Amino acid sequence: MNLYIFYGLSTIMIFSSLMVLISKRPIHSLLYLIFSFFTLAGHYILLNAQFLAVVHIIVYAGAIMVLFLFTVMLLNLNNVTEERKSRFSQITAVVAAGLLLVSLIGAMKGLKIDPAFDPASLQIGTVKNLGQVLFNQYLLPFELASVLFISAMVGTVMLGRKEINY
Amino acid sequence: MNIDYLIFKIVLIASIFGLSLLVAMYATLMERKVAAFFQDRYGPNRAGKWGLLQPLADGIKLFFKEEFVPSSADKLLYILGPSLSMFVALLTSAVIPWGTPVVIGGKQYALQVADVNVGILYIFAVVSIGVYGIMIGGWASNNKYALLGAIRASSQMISYELALGISIVTLVMTAQSLSILEIVEQQKGMHWNAFYQPLGFIIFTICAFAETNRAPFDLPECETELIGGYHTEYSSMKLGFYLFAEYINMFISGTLISALFLGGYDFPFINDMGFSQNTLAAVHFLVFFCKISFVVFVFMWIRWTLPRFRYDQLMRLGWKKLIPIACINLVITGVVVLLTQ
Repeated sequence: MNLYIFYGLSTIMIFSSLMVLISKRPIHSLLYLIFSFFTLAGHYILLNAQFLAVVHIIVYAGAIMVLFLFTVMLLNLNNVTEERKSRFSQITAVVAAGLLLVSLIGAMKGLKIDPAFDPASLQIGTVKNLGQVLFNQYLLPFELASVLFISAMVGTVMLGRKEINY
Repeated sequence: MNIDYLIFKIVLIASIFGLSLLVAMYATLMERKVAAFFQDRYGPNRAGKWGLLQPLADGIKLFFKEEFVPSSADKLLYILGPSLSMFVALLTSAVIPWGTPVVIGGKQYALQVADVNVGILYIFAVVSIGVYGIMIGGWASNNKYALLGAIRASSQMISYELALGISIVTLVMTAQSLSILEIVEQQKGMHWNAFYQPLGFIIFTICAFAETNRAPFDLPECETELIGGYHTEYSSMKLGFYLFAEYINMFISGTLISALFLGGYDFPFINDMGFSQNTLAAVHFLVFFCKISFVVFVFMWIRWTLPRFRYDQLMRLGWKKLIPIACINLVITGVVVLLTQ
């Protein structure tokens, strides 16, 4: 049952990710991207990580992509204003992406998956366990990440404030 | 997963779906009656006794209106907008506990579609994606008024989501759980969260008003400035979907406020009356429904009493008043929870 759901989700996800690249209008790409985030959240649920799934939707689909949508709508981007890249940079991009694919396949091949791993029996994804791990084992990285967030927020306020001439 | 359990869930889902639609239908009538009462008139009283068939007449009227798509609109997204609004409006009801379990044939069945252990976060996720329907619809109509309305709506919803989120976090800190069923169970015996979290309750309610885009926060559809706001270009049942989604949202907000802060299906002395379990479940559901109706009435009461905010006032209230108050509330709650443990 889970296997079929996995294949279904993966198919939809790969399709929508491709559509992000193929779509002509930026707003369509954006909506496909949001859709692929939802399928990714489905994968998290399959791995029994409901907290991660919901937070993923809140942060990415609910906050970041809304701001993206704002930008696209307000600037009214379309393919007329988009500049064409030169042939050289197109070829470079293809080669670079191909190399990335090869290295990813290499990394996957070397990966050893423990056969005893069964996500359904694990309780890793529940909020309680996650909180205990975050605030005991990974306290320092967690605090550092929040410092990073605060500095980003301060930076935004700095950039967004009105210029005052003295 | 046995078959009777599955059948019960399907019946439950279908009845909650039907209930949401029915309540939304009659909420339109109630709104007009309440408005009439506040303005000292009769309100709709021609279709059926006391105008009871009025929602039906309105629905039929909307169905038979001309279906119109602006030629410069993005066809697919134009249709997607109202559908998404409706879809998201109906999503939340999945995690609401409607009453204590019922017993059928010696087995217990919970009156809740899914007791997700991150129920509150699920609601927050649904709230945060609620803005897409309006944004997509307003953008796809390719009309400046619609776009302005959509941008107003979404910036308003994003701003008030923050204070809403913080007030939910405070609630979670006192409840020590993210499951809505558990939060409702904890409030049994008049230990309602509204008494323990008065500030959180008020902030949550104000934000719920803003999230449903209702007066005094109905700037997205401010007629004097924006014609009709994000649904200016919509007609027929697509417009109906937008209007209907607003009423469903109002019902769901009422449900959430009652479940999280007003004790859910709890009522004084209800457990001492010696009801059998099924009767108790029915009484619980009725009590819950009365609370929801009262909250919905308050929604209407405020709409027909208060004038609309100016846009800068709205933003100032959201960012400079509600969020700091919610943060202070969060800190105080944290200290109190730490000291009492």
